[in-house]
Amino acid sequence: MKTALEHIIILFSGDSGDGMQLTGTQFSDTSARMGNDIATFPDYPSEIRAPSGSVYGVSGFQVHIGAKEIYTPGDQPDVLVAMNPAALKVKLPLLKKGATIILNDDAFDRSGFKKAGYGETSLEAIEELKDFKLIHAPITSQTERALENLDLDNKSKRRCKNFYALGLCYFIFSRDPSLTKAWIREKFEGKDALVNANIAALEAGYHFGETIEAAIAIYQIPEAPLEKGRYRQINGNTGIAWGLMQAAEASGLDLFVGSYPITPATDILQELSKHGEFGVQTFQAEDEIAAICAAIGASFAGALAATTTSGPGLALKSEALNLAVMLELPLVVVNVQRGGPSTGLPTKTEQADLLQVFYGRNGESPLIVLAASRPGDTFAMAFEAARLSLQHMTPVVLLSDGFIANGSEPWRIPDLTEGYRHISTNMAQTPKEGYRPYNRNLQLVRPWAIPGTEAMQHRIGGLEKDFDTGDVSYDPENHEKMVEVRAKKVCLVSSNIPQQLVEGKAHGQLLVISWGGTYGAVRTAVKRLQEEGYEISLAHLTYLNPFPKNLGQLITNFRQVIIPELNKGQLLRIINAQFHCKAKGYHKVQGQPFTISELITVFRDELILQEHER
Amino acid sequence: MKDNSPKLSAKDFATDQAVRWCPGCGDYAILNSVKKVLATLGKRKEDVVFVSGIGCSSRFPYYVDTYGMHSIHGRAVAIATGTKIHNPALSVWAITGDGDGLAIGGNHFIHAVRRNININILIFNNEIYGLTKGQYSPTSKRGQRTKTSPMGTLEKPFNPAMLALGAGATFFARTTASDPKHLQEILLRAEAHCGTSVVEIYQNCVIFNDEAFEAFLGKENRDDHTVLLEQDKPLVFGKGLDKAVQWASHELLVGTDVDHAVIHDEQNLNLSFSLAGMETVKPLGVFRCVKEPEYAAGMNSTFATKSKKRVSELLHSGSTWEIS
Repeated sequence: MKTALEHIIILFSGDSGDGMQLTGTQFSDTSARMGNDIATFPDYPSEIRAPSGSVYGVSGFQVHIGAKEIYTPGDQPDVLVAMNPAALKVKLPLLKKGATIILNDDAFDRSGFKKAGYGETSLEAIEELKDFKLIHAPITSQTERALENLDLDNKSKRRCKNFYALGLCYFIFSRDPSLTKAWIREKFEGKDALVNANIAALEAGYHFGETIEAAIAIYQIPEAPLEKGRYRQINGNTGIAWGLMQAAEASGLDLFVGSYPITPATDILQELSKHGEFGVQTFQAEDEIAAICAAIGASFAGALAATTTSGPGLALKSEALNLAVMLELPLVVVNVQRGGPSTGLPTKTEQADLLQVFYGRNGESPLIVLAASRPGDTFAMAFEAARLSLQHMTPVVLLSDGFIANGSEPWRIPDLTEGYRHISTNMAQTPKEGYRPYNRNLQLVRPWAIPGTEAMQHRIGGLEKDFDTGDVSYDPENHEKMVEVRAKKVCLVSSNIPQQLVEGKAHGQLLVISWGGTYGAVRTAVKRLQEEGYEISLAHLTYLNPFPKNLGQLITNFRQVIIPELNKGQLLRIINAQFHCKAKGYHKVQGQPFTISELITVFRDELILQEHER
Repeated sequence: MKDNSPKLSAKDFATDQAVRWCPGCGDYAILNSVKKVLATLGKRKEDVVFVSGIGCSSRFPYYVDTYGMHSIHGRAVAIATGTKIHNPALSVWAITGDGDGLAIGGNHFIHAVRRNININILIFNNEIYGLTKGQYSPTSKRGQRTKTSPMGTLEKPFNPAMLALGAGATFFARTTASDPKHLQEILLRAEAHCGTSVVEIYQNCVIFNDEAFEAFLGKENRDDHTVLLEQDKPLVFGKGLDKAVQWASHELLVGTDVDHAVIHDEQNLNLSFSLAGMETVKPLGVFRCVKEPEYAAGMNSTFATKSKKRVSELLHSGSTWEIS
């Protein structure tokens, strides 16, 4: 008897060498293909292979699948797959009370408990487990047995155990294993031994589920009512790479990306490096500074230029970014934020680079700032970053974060002929009286003339320049004028971006303002409270500088504003300063995303407080 | 490229900007030589890009009527790299100095050289920081008294030739602003070379490090303390052509056996290194010139400029599914 579920959260966890990221990805891809909505959250250590069995080597992959729309990877898992005692120890506190735990019994021996730092050496002795439903599966030994007749060394056989675990989960959650089988055949093409071994492990796990069926609950998760169309899985880093490529196509330019590897942004460079056939040039520079400088050099030469990085890299790039502000050249800087300061938490998520992006440069240095909200909007936001940069001849910083970068969700493939077709650029036309590089149009945008173009040769630089001629100028009044012109140019971008949308009523008691990767959790929390009848609305910002024109008005429509952020109140400071309001903040800096339940508590407390003060 | 446009003269490459270097500065001679070389090569103004960093030398782009960028300290070579990769048809020149190129920009310098990207890097070496008014640079002599080393520097200077050769330079030459004819010959060679061409130009700072090169470039000293490098020619020099560069086991020495002088060979790395190490006599000319794979050409061989694939194709590739 299968129990139908509206949604379920499953957390795969094991040693960082156990292949849990792969297992989680396969489970989510299959679920998406079966019509569920999904959201994923890979959470892995920065060590590539920490000592095996240790708690700091635990790698997790959380997936939330649903028969309705899913906005977050979920708060508390309903099911934990624990490949060893360390995984159990680390993940147990996260689980929902009464959750199901699938245990790889073979790893729960004396040595396994010891490596995980357990005082106990048996599952029965762990008091907390009494609150959970346990499914015991001898995953390692069963995998070895299933593969005993295959011509493969023992180490390779043991490495197939993640597919055994996956097979078992496929049975429990009524997933179709054929998609993963096809994937295995493609992945290990030409290596028959590995194809056979992985498929045999997957099937053995599935059959084990059938064998113990009578003793466990079996679930199904019906299809979600998603918008019609063709779908694919997408993660945030891939979305950004492809969005930049589409912007190049739409603007008729070639894409040049100068980058230096840095977690969690590296995948963007890796993805783009595959696409020379699309007119993409990737340059892996000797350092972060050279990466942005090469991009500036390419932009000068007429490319749609971009550089991709994370917080520490952005710090290194700041002087060159300022040069791009001064030169007024198009440049997209993608900052996939991670926990800071310094090296901080490289593989964890945070939103603490906002003030760096706004103010982390010498002098008065305004630029356009955008932020992606979820894996599914990265394509659109990267395209938008490039559009604004090209149309306003100024650098744009696009903020993403580790949560968006590595998370994935089903994405309806957009029709590129609508909304993504054409980006106009401000290429200089042959002037009657000589080309002047800083001769601005009504939007204060200067004309772009690229080397190779006759009669437009010119010199630009980091020194202050005369408003009219563009020549170097140290004139005091001219400098002030130029500072104001550069600021106004960025302000005028607000006429070229959409108005801020409000989810909920446009007036009321509490307005939640959020930005970036917290969208899913914030939106879900707000929606639940709206369903409970509270006067709460959400404005989730994707345009951070300049803000949408109607944001100030919106703020005044509510009695109180609250801004939840994964930092110590960075957008909060900007909003309060710019709109002279007294928004409150809610902050968390643990390298982990918000949970829906904590936000519901915070927002509800605030709503109740407002009610009392009325 | 059009070929029916009238040939330009050196004067045609001047801009309307007043040149602001100190009177007597070696930079004037370099500027004039570069303009002459551009004219000699028949370059069109729009096909040439000068990128500079920060320092006295880095004002250079303002004075040449081509495309140009006066960028930030140390980064000219990195910026020039992006420009060249994106449009390999351009003639791209990075203008830098001993501080800009070898101190703050040292990392970019060695990596550009290693990649062998087809740009010309002109290092205006005056062994001092001029624009910040007289602090020691990475090429200042050990013990040199400057504003930041009143008791004399403790640092061993870079030997730019050794540095470039060590980084794998396919072209390295040394010349001097005090000999415009030689300078122009070298610049022509540098532009002709397909790869990173490094040209070290001794350039006298009249204000903060005057006569830095007097010991071997001064009128009285020059003949006996410099040797001109010419391919396949014996390394014989001196007022009476009575001195020769000779092998003594594994190192080069100055002797008098002119019949057994070393024959210069730009492709002999061992010889190039040994010449770079010579201190009492300074070799001038092309130390090394060899053909190796060039970076921008390699990059562009894997990159479609025409008949590009469409992104929609990519979005629909791999695993997709329909929801109806």
